[in-house]
Amino acid sequence: MLFDWFTFVAQLINFLILAWLLKRYLFKPILDTIDQRESMIANQLHEAEDSKTKANDEFEHYQQKKSAFDQQRDELFNEAISQVNAEKQKLLVQTRHEVESLRLRLQESLRTEQQNMGSEIIRRTRTEVFAIVRKTLSDLASVNLEDQMAGVFINRINNLQPGEKKLFYAALNNSSGEILIQSMFDLPVAQQSAIQQAIKNNLEIELEINFKTVPQLVSGIELISGGYKISWSIEEYLSSLETHIAELLNQNIELPAEKVPE
Amino acid sequence: MRISPDEMVFFEYDFVKLNFTIVSTWTIMLFMVIGSVCISRKLVVATKIQRWQCILEMIVTGIKDQIEEVGLHKAKTYIGFLGTLFLFLFVSNLLTILPIYEPPTSSLSTTAALAVSVFFAVPVFNILEHGILNYLKSYVKPIPIMLPFHIISEFSRTLALAVRLFGNMMSGVIILGILITITPFVFPIVMTAFGLLTGSVQSYIFTILASVFIAAAANE
Repeated sequence: MLFDWFTFVAQLINFLILAWLLKRYLFKPILDTIDQRESMIANQLHEAEDSKTKANDEFEHYQQKKSAFDQQRDELFNEAISQVNAEKQKLLVQTRHEVESLRLRLQESLRTEQQNMGSEIIRRTRTEVFAIVRKTLSDLASVNLEDQMAGVFINRINNLQPGEKKLFYAALNNSSGEILIQSMFDLPVAQQSAIQQAIKNNLEIELEINFKTVPQLVSGIELISGGYKISWSIEEYLSSLETHIAELLNQNIELPAEKVPE
Repeated sequence: MRISPDEMVFFEYDFVKLNFTIVSTWTIMLFMVIGSVCISRKLVVATKIQRWQCILEMIVTGIKDQIEEVGLHKAKTYIGFLGTLFLFLFVSNLLTILPIYEPPTSSLSTTAALAVSVFFAVPVFNILEHGILNYLKSYVKPIPIMLPFHIISEFSRTLALAVRLFGNMMSGVIILGILITITPFVFPIVMTAFGLLTGSVQSYIFTILASVFIAAAANE
């Protein structure tokens, strides 16, 4: 018997049940799982693409920032170089000015020192010359220098020219009427009297005459009344010597101009 | 000589018969359903999966691809029916390597039941796809005179499916029985191996033909 109806119907039902069961427990779960996995992989790929895009954006942003930073760094560097150069120039100018100022001060100091030294030399020279002259006169002619100087001064008063007298009177009228005789040494009473007598005879005035000793006065005697002065001293004779010494000192002390680095 | 496993009856009451065909079918059903439940419970969505899941996914996606290649683009709709058809035939024929086993497909009742399933599946899927009116109109296309030819075609197709599968499977079993009688050693082994190949090919052919019939009707 090739065909059995009961078996046919039973197998038909069996197959339909099997189809339903397999669809429920095999095909649907597996296909759903595959779909979920594909979806998951697609999401992961999408996320990876997003991450890549984001990374590229970040990279470009970083590159732009780096470029901006490099540019800013170069600008700052150039600005710093400019500032350093400007500061260098400024310091050089300042240094040059300071050097110049120092040089001038040094020169001024040297000049002052030279003047002081010259004054000291002149003062000592005068003193020495005065001492030598006094000694020489005493030794050779047994003559006192102060007496000779008072004599010369009296001669000078005696030989006053009318013009000089006129100027003297004018000055005397403008002053308080006082006559001052200054000398570097104390005039003996005899010489004071001689000088008073000479003034009285030649200038024809009866005024009080004051005598004053001034050590700074270089070996001489002077008469002062108002703004007028009649004097004699060896200063005129020392002027030539003073001039030569001053020239010699100036030659030694002149400083060459400093070379200031650029 | 027993031609059909229907003839091996274990229990009979009135018209109800519990024969070898039904028992073996139930066994196969039990095996397949339990296996599916066990495996589908442990399905993993992640990319790292177990080997069994991987094999099953390959089989299922293979069936789905075949259905789509035939022309049924909504493969998920048809895979429940066509996939079950293929797996049932394949497992039934695969188990012929067991000594006392006879495939239920060597019973004309089984193949006829499967063919009738396909016979009804074609209009059901067609109606689900296009609606009942369009399905009925397809019988009078291109001209109404074609109606009897369409009806004959439906029946002959079903008959051809049933007899083809039955003939192939039954012939394999019968040839094996004859060879065991004549030469009980080498040839039965070769023929068993050959029967495995024939059974696999027939299950594939049956499923593809069913798919083609459904696709032809659905795409008209």
